[in-house]
Amino acid sequence: MDFSNTEEQQMLQESVQKFVQKSYDFDTRTKIIASEKGFSQENWDLFAELGWLTVPFKEEDGGFGGSAVDLAVMMEEFGKAMLVEPFIASAVLSGGVISEQGSAQQKAELLPKIMEGKLQLACAYAEQGSRFNLAHIKTSATVSGDTVVLNGGKTAVLNGPNAEILLVVARESGAATDSEGISVFMVDAASAGVTIQAFANVDGKKSAEIGLKDVSVPLTQRLGASGSALQALQDSVDRATLAVSAEAVGAMESLLHKTVEYSKTRKQFGTAIGTFQALQHRMADMFIECQLARSIVIMAAMKLDGGEDAIEKTKSVSAAKSRIGKAIQKVGQEAIQIHGGIGMTEELDVGHLFKSVTAAEIMFGNTDFHTQRFASL
Amino acid sequence: MNADFTADELQFEIEVQEFLQNDFPAEYREKVDAGIRLSKDELVLWQKILYKKGWAAPNWPAEYGGTGWTATQKHIFATEMGLIGAPEPVPFGMKMVAPVIMAYGSDEQKQRFLPDILQSNVWWCQGYSEPNSGSDLASLKTSAVRDGDEYVVNGSKTWNTYGQYADWIFCLVRTDTGVKKQEGISFLLIDMKTPGITLKPIVLLDGHAEVNEVFFDDVRVPVSNLIGEENKGWTYAKVLLTHERTNISGVPRGKRRLAALKRLAGNTDDGFGNTMLANAAFRTKLAEVEIELQALEYSELRTLAALSVGKAPGPESSILKIVGTELAQEMDELFVDLAGYNCLPFVPEQFEDGFQGVAIGPGNTAAAALTYFNNRKLTIFGGSNEIQRNIISKAVLGL
Ligand SMILES: Cc1cc2nc3c(=O)[nH]c(=O)nc-3n(C[C@H](O)[C@H](O)[C@H](O)COP(=O)(O)OP(=O)(O)OC[C@H]3O[C@@H](n4cnc5c(N)ncnc54)[C@H](O)[C@@H]3O)c2cc1C
Ligand SMILES: Cc1cc2nc3c(=O)[nH]c(=O)nc-3n(C[C@H](O)[C@H](O)[C@H](O)COP(=O)(O)OP(=O)(O)OC[C@H]3O[C@@H](n4cnc5c(N)ncnc54)[C@H](O)[C@@H]3O)c2cc1C
Repeated sequence: MDFSNTEEQQMLQESVQKFVQKSYDFDTRTKIIASEKGFSQENWDLFAELGWLTVPFKEEDGGFGGSAVDLAVMMEEFGKAMLVEPFIASAVLSGGVISEQGSAQQKAELLPKIMEGKLQLACAYAEQGSRFNLAHIKTSATVSGDTVVLNGGKTAVLNGPNAEILLVVARESGAATDSEGISVFMVDAASAGVTIQAFANVDGKKSAEIGLKDVSVPLTQRLGASGSALQALQDSVDRATLAVSAEAVGAMESLLHKTVEYSKTRKQFGTAIGTFQALQHRMADMFIECQLARSIVIMAAMKLDGGEDAIEKTKSVSAAKSRIGKAIQKVGQEAIQIHGGIGMTEELDVGHLFKSVTAAEIMFGNTDFHTQRFASL
Repeated sequence: MNADFTADELQFEIEVQEFLQNDFPAEYREKVDAGIRLSKDELVLWQKILYKKGWAAPNWPAEYGGTGWTATQKHIFATEMGLIGAPEPVPFGMKMVAPVIMAYGSDEQKQRFLPDILQSNVWWCQGYSEPNSGSDLASLKTSAVRDGDEYVVNGSKTWNTYGQYADWIFCLVRTDTGVKKQEGISFLLIDMKTPGITLKPIVLLDGHAEVNEVFFDDVRVPVSNLIGEENKGWTYAKVLLTHERTNISGVPRGKRRLAALKRLAGNTDDGFGNTMLANAAFRTKLAEVEIELQALEYSELRTLAALSVGKAPGPESSILKIVGTELAQEMDELFVDLAGYNCLPFVPEQFEDGFQGVAIGPGNTAAAALTYFNNRKLTIFGGSNEIQRNIISKAVLGL
């Protein structure tokens, strides 16, 4: 048994740490969020140059290897500094769907561009009414001849406002929650009939509500065979779920660290508030939560990389997301409480870490959803 | 033991219900239901409607224009207000400074300030906390130095709620540095228009600047604005705190929010062909909240019963503050839970009147996360829940 990072993982970790230290302090992040695109193209180019965008991809796709543990190591560092660049949306999730579902030709055309930072994507799967069920797809794909017409609406599309290509998950046949009949189409975001309502989320990441009205695309834009996309979607969302969980572990680590440090310097009643046992125990509990969250994320990452069957892998992702959700609530809320009024302000990073982890709790299915999915598998 | 209302009380309940149905403007009710913030003008107008009815100040004695109601009548009124969503007056004038003026102010001060508070002509804010004096309020440093007929005030206050709307601020200031910290504090009323006062808004996690820093730079305040005696301010402030912790549990508002949660759950798809109201885990959480609300309600009634036979409000009020605020936060979590992706977009403008954007999802689900963030304040202010637990440990359990 060995839980230490490999040399490569350590290098990856240090490289992210160095970048964050040099170019991603809290003020810089705030400015990036306020900028028009809501992320930094310069950073994105740098991520490509440093090879980070290849991390989620398999060697056969030209990637770094696609190890979930590598991914987790990196995401944790991203989470500590609350990076808002669309790494999960574009590389992990959309890249994953193409890698799993695309034809050899589609992969050859798109994946290098993603890894080189030249193409940004968004995966549009969730809908109003679907909640967290990936199979609940009402957006329709009607094929006639060699074109397909898409109609429907998508919600919470991460990176929707900046993606050049939308991977639209749509139904070719079957009822709203059938697992068969779901396809993915590559849609140019500028296509006629596509409306994009852009938002910055509470964690600073960009997302969109997307409307699709008689959007016509060539049938060649379908990834893989007709109606067969659910498994690829689920596998990619599972990886994205692991990524966001690892990111949350990093953010919680920051929350714990900042809270402990603050409690040592903030004085009330003539003494540092960290000397009050009422607060000490709660920080001890925050520490425990962080440790358990980290453990279960490592477990899930190892299982994704290992030889377990598909159900066991999915179950471990749900276990991780469920458990970190519990940790998120506890660690996030206590961090604000122990900071007192100052923790409530827009000015301090602690509040933003709290908002980030809260978004992470919801993203790709909240705690209850994953607990129930775990029980049902 | 008997928790029933008398026939008179039941009659009163009906009267309150009818009044609120008819006179609480329907337009405001819609806004409250939609989670839109009422403007200062709207709050003032509502307060004037209550004033016309003679119900502006349920907790004031009749001699000052209050209702002279019994504890039970006050409870009935607060309950009905909460259930319909009618806003209570901004507390700083009506609930905080007025009782202090009544108890310790001069006749001149009573005549000068109370009628305008009653009619909501003048708005107040609370200037207690300072950057380095939060839980340890008595360590406050903002100084008032006597110079002839004036005090010269220097220092800064913070977390000042609604200071941007206030005409006056009541402050705790240090008038003696050579004594035990509690014994050198005075209670001073200051006109916000006095030269030397500046306000700096503080934006909170929901994107709204509901609090401010307030800076005092050689602010000259007439000595006639001092409440009671110099250096007795701490005593006055403390009396106020214990007396004003009644009706703090928020049970009526909690009931209203619970009903809203159930409605929303019935309108929220679970993604598998049902609604969230059919989701066993969610139903269990709803039930837990409802049960807690009942335990809280009966704790409040017991406190009320003690009050109505003349017992002074004791540290039991700490129970109501702790449980009431933590329960409100639990409900915030349930709203976030139901909202799912719909509450992720950061849209602070959605609480503003005239918001033109598109709300995502059923009801005001889109507001859930911002409300969750903002309501973290509940366990921090008004004496943090840690401080309340310290009070119980010491004052009740004798530790
Ligand atoms: C079933 C059982 C088996 C045991 N087996 C063994 C054994 O095999 N060998 C052995 O040596 N002992 C054993 N013990 C004893 C055990 O280690 C003691 O019970 C324990 O150390 C607590 O001591 P105490 O019971 O005197 O409680 P106390 O020390 O009096 O503590 C009472 C309470 O105060 C709390 N407390 C104490 N100090 C603090 C502090 N500084 N801050 C906050 N809270 C505090 C404690 O957590 C506890 O809740 C056993 C006890 C039990 C119940
Ligand atoms: C939204 C908002 C509105 C407010 N409005 C007003 C207003 O209008 N006027 C006004 O005067 N003030 C206002 N306040 C200030 C509020 O009363 C203070 O925030 C509160 O007293 C806590 O002080 P602090 O923020 O400095 O935290 P601190 O006192 O620094 O406390 C930090 C943490 O330490 C804990 N702690 C402190 N002492 C102890 C102890 N002895 N034992 C255990 N734990 C302890 C606290 O509970 C908290 O968790 C407002 C605050 C907020 C957040």
